[in-house]
Amino acid sequence: MKYLRIAGQFAVIVALFLAVSSFANWPTYRQFPQGSTVVLLTFVHSADRKAECRQLTAQEIEKLPPNMRRVQSCPRNRRPIYVEMDLGGRPIFRKNLPPSGIASDGPSRVYQRFIVPAGKYEVAVRMRDTPRTEGFDHMRTDTVTLVPDQTFVVDYSSERSDFVFH
Amino acid sequence: MIGAVRYVLRRGFELIERPFDRLFGPALNPLAQLGALGFFFFWIVAVSGIYLFIFFDTGIERAYESVENISHYHWFHAGVMRSLHRYASDLMIVMVAAHLLRQFAYDQYRGVRWFSWLTGLPMIWMLYAAGVTGYWLVWDRLAQYVALTSSELLDRLPIFGEPIARNFIATGTLTSRFFSLMVFMHIAVPLILLFIMWVHILRISRPKINPPRALAVMSLIAMVGVALWNPALSQGHVDLAKAPAGVGLDWFFLPIFPLTDIWGRGGVWLFLAAFSLIIGVMPWLPPFRRASAAAVDLEHCNGCARCAEDCPYEAIRIVNRTDNLPFLTQAQVNSSLCTSCGICVGSCPSSTPFRRTEELKTGIDLPDFPLKELRARTVEVGKALEGPARVMVFACEHGGGRKLKGAVQMPCVAMAPPSLFDYVLSQDLADGVVIVGCAESACYARLGVEWTKQRIAGARDPYLRARVPRERIATVWASALATGKVTAEIAAFKTKIAALPRKKLRSPAPPTAVQPGDGQPVPAESAP
Ligand code: HEM
Ligand code: SF4
Ligand code: SF4
Repeated sequence: MKYLRIAGQFAVIVALFLAVSSFANWPTYRQFPQGSTVVLLTFVHSADRKAECRQLTAQEIEKLPPNMRRVQSCPRNRRPIYVEMDLGGRPIFRKNLPPSGIASDGPSRVYQRFIVPAGKYEVAVRMRDTPRTEGFDHMRTDTVTLVPDQTFVVDYSSERSDFVFH
Repeated sequence: MIGAVRYVLRRGFELIERPFDRLFGPALNPLAQLGALGFFFFWIVAVSGIYLFIFFDTGIERAYESVENISHYHWFHAGVMRSLHRYASDLMIVMVAAHLLRQFAYDQYRGVRWFSWLTGLPMIWMLYAAGVTGYWLVWDRLAQYVALTSSELLDRLPIFGEPIARNFIATGTLTSRFFSLMVFMHIAVPLILLFIMWVHILRISRPKINPPRALAVMSLIAMVGVALWNPALSQGHVDLAKAPAGVGLDWFFLPIFPLTDIWGRGGVWLFLAAFSLIIGVMPWLPPFRRASAAAVDLEHCNGCARCAEDCPYEAIRIVNRTDNLPFLTQAQVNSSLCTSCGICVGSCPSSTPFRRTEELKTGIDLPDFPLKELRARTVEVGKALEGPARVMVFACEHGGGRKLKGAVQMPCVAMAPPSLFDYVLSQDLADGVVIVGCAESACYARLGVEWTKQRIAGARDPYLRARVPRERIATVWASALATGKVTAEIAAFKTKIAALPRKKLRSPAPPTAVQPGDGQPVPAESAP
């Protein structure tokens, strides 16, 4: 009887542990449907400052506290970046990306994921990072074949001043 | 509302707990050992983690291979350790969830008990942080999913300049610095957790931090068995060019990750903040119920320290004497720790209902329900008893007897000094005494059931005198919801008492050698 009881206790413990161990990697989680692929638009890029440095006039310098006098005024805030992306001719992204940071002097950032069915697509991406209101400063268009479960990254390289697909 | 949730939960726990009590016995019942099991699993995780670290390569290039090596080449030792490491961590989550719900269900988290509850919250954070960083280290496809999703989550907060998730988008951009940070975190976070675990039980006397050996041994064997049968394995090397689409998730540690796909990252943060906030304020939500803390009456305290020994919440300290009485020490209550359970009243040798002094006083007492009132109520109930088997019921406010009519109620049955039972029988207030407390595995005052049992058995000071006929004393340990059991056992006890030969009254009581816990024995006729 005593052994039967111990066996019962042990069985309960084993059953509990088995249940726990199976939920430790099952059921499988699929973030997106089978046969689809991830297009990731992401980059970090600083647009120009909003304004050029400006020579201060003598009067203006006079007005500043003596310990903070300087000859130039350099506004720190940057302008936003405008980005467009089309996939297979369909516009999927149109956005003004504001600069980051409290003083709006940090780079603009984007990190946006699109889940699309695998297949052949024309990827077109365009960016405006200067004061112009028409046209674009950087663009790139390519036809790519996306296989299932791929991560296709649309990046921008500030060194190369160009978009990078990988 | 909260009360209703608590009631339903409590029902649920009882539903599982009673069969467990029957199978394991109250001493071994895992549900009564949740905190202790938490510590036990922590030690298993710690030891297996140290063992794994011997074989683990902390560089990002070789981490995956080293883990594969552990699971395949060294499967019979390091591989088993890996499985123990994972499953004991998962069991910790299960234990913490059950422990939290149980403290809530049994209403052991409010008022003075806030401290353990509130320190539980950072433990949950640390536990999850440890788990997430651990899954990162394997550097398999699950790790890729975890790394990507957790950094996407962090990127949602305005902390980091550059999105850290960009680290995981393509081969080559990843810095191994990040990986080293994770290795460091995975060691540092559990150490912080251990520290908070220690803080968590600071205000608890005799905390159960080790499960009974039989339970520990069975758990360890079961864990090794499960580790061999269902070993923890990796899910293929990281491939940053591929999305970690279908991964086997650890649903204990990683459930919030799929939630980001449903609620969005902001939604998940909102959920986590709301959860933490709710847990954080719960101890202070109404209804407030705060009985006054126990108070020491120095005139009747000789500094014997029995109350401090018995207090379940570290609320009593023995300090140097502050008055002129010829004793070295005295008791001192920290009212911010006292739960007003009254157990100390039952421990104090000055608590003797036989005292004939005008006003019954003792060394330590509950201002809201002093010993004097307890004795008065006992006498009142005794006078109302009639019939061939007069049975006096002493019941606590939390167990199966809390609503019994005609019973003597008190916060915890261990508030009654054993001499009170002696008093009832020797003063012929009743023919038998039934003590109805909480279920053995779920004493509301933590130690009340245990102390009562030991006092009656003569194993703990103050003990029930040997002269008290034990066949006339019964205990019923039952939860508040098991009222049926209580009535049945009381009825059975009455039948038994009725069949006993009439009680011989020892009057006057023989002057036995002075025992701690006894006052001056007085003749039976002199009821107070
Ligand atoms: C690593 C996780 C945890 C461990 C190892 C742990 C361990 C323990 C232990 C050993 C005790 C003493 C039990 C006793 O002897 O009566 C205890 C008490 C307690 N725990 Fe935990 N605990 C953990 C997490 C939590 C969490 C998350 C909460 C709730 C938010 C919590 C709430 C409480 C409360 C309220 C008590 C006091 C019970 C009372 O006043 O009677 N614990 N815990
Ligand atoms: S009433 Fe309970 S918690 Fe308060 S001092 Fe006495 S034994 Fe400790
Ligand atoms: S048990 Fe009573 S006499 Fe002993 S220290 Fe506590 S209050 Fe004083």
